[in-house]
Amino acid sequence: MSARALWLAFRSGLGGRQAFSTKGSGRITVEVIEHLERLALVDFGSREAVARLEKAIAFADRLREVDTDGVEPMESVLEDRCLYLRSDNVAEGNCAEELLQNSRQVVEEYFVAPPGNISLPKLGEQESFQHS
Amino acid sequence: MKAQTEVLNRRCVEAAVMTGLALNCHINKKSLFDRKHYFYSDLPAGYQITQQRLPIAANGSLTYGVFMGNKQSRMATKTVRIRQIQLEQDSGKSLHDDLRSQTLIDLNRAGVGLLEVVLEPDLCCGEEAAAVIKELQLILQALGTSQANMAEGQLRVDANISVHHPGEPLGVRTEVKNLNSIRFLAKAIDHEIQRQINELESGGEILNETRSFDCKLGCTVPMRDKEGKQDYRFMPEPNLPPLVLYDSASLPAGTESQQVINIDQIRDALPELPSATRERLVRRYGMLPEHSFTLLNEVGLLQFFQNVMKETRAEPKKVTSWVLNTLLGYLKHHNLAVSESPVTSSALAELLDLLDSKAISSAAAKQVFEELWKGEAKSAAQVVSEKQLELMQDREALEQLCQSTMEGHPQVVTDMKSGNPRAINKLIGLVRKATLNRADPAEIKDILERLSS
Repeated sequence: MSARALWLAFRSGLGGRQAFSTKGSGRITVEVIEHLERLALVDFGSREAVARLEKAIAFADRLREVDTDGVEPMESVLEDRCLYLRSDNVAEGNCAEELLQNSRQVVEEYFVAPPGNISLPKLGEQESFQHS
Repeated sequence: MKAQTEVLNRRCVEAAVMTGLALNCHINKKSLFDRKHYFYSDLPAGYQITQQRLPIAANGSLTYGVFMGNKQSRMATKTVRIRQIQLEQDSGKSLHDDLRSQTLIDLNRAGVGLLEVVLEPDLCCGEEAAAVIKELQLILQALGTSQANMAEGQLRVDANISVHHPGEPLGVRTEVKNLNSIRFLAKAIDHEIQRQINELESGGEILNETRSFDCKLGCTVPMRDKEGKQDYRFMPEPNLPPLVLYDSASLPAGTESQQVINIDQIRDALPELPSATRERLVRRYGMLPEHSFTLLNEVGLLQFFQNVMKETRAEPKKVTSWVLNTLLGYLKHHNLAVSESPVTSSALAELLDLLDSKAISSAAAKQVFEELWKGEAKSAAQVVSEKQLELMQDREALEQLCQSTMEGHPQVVTDMKSGNPRAINKLIGLVRKATLNRADPAEIKDILERLSS
């Protein structure tokens, strides 16, 4: 959650992406940051953001201090709940026109997308990443 | 428009349990849902809900038949292990428009429930894969969980292929997608196996990549847009609790039946599976296993066969032969489905009755069939009388004909008596001609042998 908030805050602040050296305990490498950015499309635009991430990881690591020997791992916080099963009836739909209006560009009843995933610019390139 | 979290459809769960049972799987009474994250235009949410940690069913098997030998006449049974069956969401459908450099996205099927069946790498070639998929189609159709029509995308198959020397571990695999028919599936697999062998033998290496089958070129090509090894960041699906299934022993009291799935109840209600149907046919009608496979593999043929059996007195072996050889032969030759057959099951039943009562010879029966095939709404009996194909019923007249034929060809008779087998056949032929083909060759032979002894 904190990473996303940082993304919104820093997006306008920085013109481009900067190379940075590892900060804090130095556990998070540049490669890991770049990897995370591509996977989740977040933008760790500053040293502070990376430091915040490292603090978040350290916070979560404290879970390891708990002795869990012989304890069944919890699969889901919802484990005591019943999974609701919906009966196989069509209750809604037929709203194609309404849904297609969500898109700037449509062709017949299809949404239009670029030919494939557009790669993120590599680390170190000067041009800023275009947000739509 | 309100935002909604995912809700699981009960029918999907029932279908998954039915399929798992039909494939001899262990049904996990508790299974879990996970999110698989990746970005693609046809995945609006940016993740797909699947069952990565603990799927609904696992460790099953599928037994199938492969035709052996050059004439495809013998059948061998083999088994492929089922690793697991999982419930997951479908993505939308992408149509690539290379001309305009864009992709058109159809989201109608996004979010719809899918069943993924994962097999172990027990198969060795395209033919085995084809046989497995064919059997899977028959099972799903029998269960009613899917019509499994590949051309319509009701069943999608991805093949993972690798090669290795015997005794060594499995090689690097490639995934082949875009297989729209069983025929292409077999072709693509065999091509990819050969491609990998050629590559390795010339010192190259196999990349762990995704390839697509190009049916025009008849080969696999690397698929664009697959960026190497993906990190899907699997995490438990926060909105769906574990899926809990019950059996008769563990059924909780007082719960609403609509919310509870009983595995035992589903098992009891399973319809007859193709393998059981085939066994029943072999047992009941004494046909070869190969025949039972053919009857089930051809759409509508089993029903046709059973309809004929209901209406005719003829023996099952005769019916089997006529349906599988004559009828199917004509259908294949004219590229027709069973439903398009100009000869109805009633017509064939009537024809076989005439044959069975020795009203006509089998040669005549073939002629009648050919006439019926024209589809002129005549009955078998009508054709027989129009073409005067009835067997001579007058034994005495036949004997006289045999006698006179023998008198007319004394040299042939001598040959026959001296044991020349071709001589008697010649006489039979002559008598048949004299009777305008209205006598049974076996009967003629009988009489000739008696007369010449």
